[in-house]
Amino acid sequence: MKTFETFLLLGLIICAFSVTFTKRMLTAIVIYMSYSLIMSVIWVILQSPDLAITEAAVGAGVTSILFFVTLKKINGVKENSDNEQDQG
Amino acid sequence: MSRIRDNYENSRAAKFEAWLRGDYDPMSEGMEISVPKTDGSDDEIDPRAGLVISDALYDRHTNKALKRSGYVYRVLSVVLCLVMISVLLWMVQFLPKFGQPDNPANNEVSARYIEKGVEETGAVNFVTGMILDYRAFDTFGESCVLFIATICVQILLRIDKDDMTPATFRRRKESETDRLLEPKNDIILQRVSVVLVPFLFIFGIYIILNGHLSPGGGFSGGAVIGAGLILYLCSFGYKQTERFFTIRTFRIVSLVALITYCLAKSYSFYTGANHLESHIPLGTPGNILSSGLILVLNICVGSVVACTMYAFYTLFRKGDF
Repeated sequence: MKTFETFLLLGLIICAFSVTFTKRMLTAIVIYMSYSLIMSVIWVILQSPDLAITEAAVGAGVTSILFFVTLKKINGVKENSDNEQDQG
Repeated sequence: MSRIRDNYENSRAAKFEAWLRGDYDPMSEGMEISVPKTDGSDDEIDPRAGLVISDALYDRHTNKALKRSGYVYRVLSVVLCLVMISVLLWMVQFLPKFGQPDNPANNEVSARYIEKGVEETGAVNFVTGMILDYRAFDTFGESCVLFIATICVQILLRIDKDDMTPATFRRRKESETDRLLEPKNDIILQRVSVVLVPFLFIFGIYIILNGHLSPGGGFSGGAVIGAGLILYLCSFGYKQTERFFTIRTFRIVSLVALITYCLAKSYSFYTGANHLESHIPLGTPGNILSSGLILVLNICVGSVVACTMYAFYTLFRKGDF
C-alpha cells in the first residue's frame, strides 16, 4: 500500500510539472484530467469516498469538458499541428 | 464673463447636456481603448478582421523593450514562485504531525459529532450528517453560490432570441456554425451512451438517495447526473434533450429546490434556536426513510447541482438552452 501511495503521489507531481511544460493546450487539459483521476484514487486511500466521487465527476469530467468547449470556442484546437511543426 | 462664454463647449454644463443627448460618454474620455461605433451594416464582418497587429511588436529581436521586460518578468516570476514555495514549505513544518491524539483538530466538537452524531441527526454517514444537519447553513450557501454562478454565466454568455443587434446576430451565427461542425450521429458515441447514460442516472440517484447511509450525497450525485446529461447531449444533440430539459425546467427545478431547502432549514433553525421540539421523526438509523430532513435536503442539493452542470455546458456551447 505504501508503494502504491508513493507511486500515486509521484504521478501527481509529474502531472503538475508536465502541465506547466506542455506547449499544446489540448495536452494540458488531458494531463489535468489525469491529475484529477489520480487525486480521486488518493481520496479513496485517505478514506474519504465522498470527495473521491465528487472529484471524479467534477474534476475529471465536467470541468475538463468545459475546458474543451472553451478551447474550441477560442479556436485553440489545431487539427493538423504535426504538419505545421514540419513546415515551421 | 466672456471667457467663460467662449469655453462653453468644454465646460461641465455643455458636457452634461451632450451626455443627456447621448453623443458624449464621460467614461470613454480617459480610456485608452474607445469602443468603435457600430452601425448595423457590418453584419458579415468578422470582429477580428480589422485588428491587425504587426509581427514586429512581438518580435524579440526588433523590439528591445519587450526583450528586456521579458527577461525581467521571467526572473521575477521564477523568484516569486520560489519564494512562495519556500514560505509554504517552511510553514508546513510548524503543522502538527498527522494522526496524533493531541492535535488541535481533535477537540470537543469532533468528539460530539462522533459520539452523538447518529443519535442527533439519524444519519449513519457522519459526513452527510455534519454537512446537512450541523452545518446545513454552509451547504445552503454553496447551493446559492452554484445558482449565482449559473446566473453570471447566463449574463455573460446567453444569447437573447429577440435581440437583433449585430453583435448578438454574429454570436448566434458563430454558435450555430459551431454546432454544425460537431460530428453528428457518431455511431460509437451513441451506442456507448445508450448503455452508459441509464446507469449514470441510476448511480447518481442512488448516491443522492443513499447520501445519509453510504458515502456520497447531494453534490456528488448531482454531479454524476449532470455528467450523464452532458453525455446524452453530446451523443444525441439538442433536439433530443430539449424534449425533457429546457430553460423552463431549469428555472422550475432550481427555484423549487432552493426554496424547499431554505424553508426546511429555516424551520429547523427556528425550532432549534427557540428550544422548541421540531416534530420531525428521525426514524431508525440505517433505513432509507430516516434522519429527518437530510434526505429532502440531499434531493434538493442534487437537483440544483445536476441542473447547474447541464446549464453550464449548454451555455458554453450555444449560449442558450
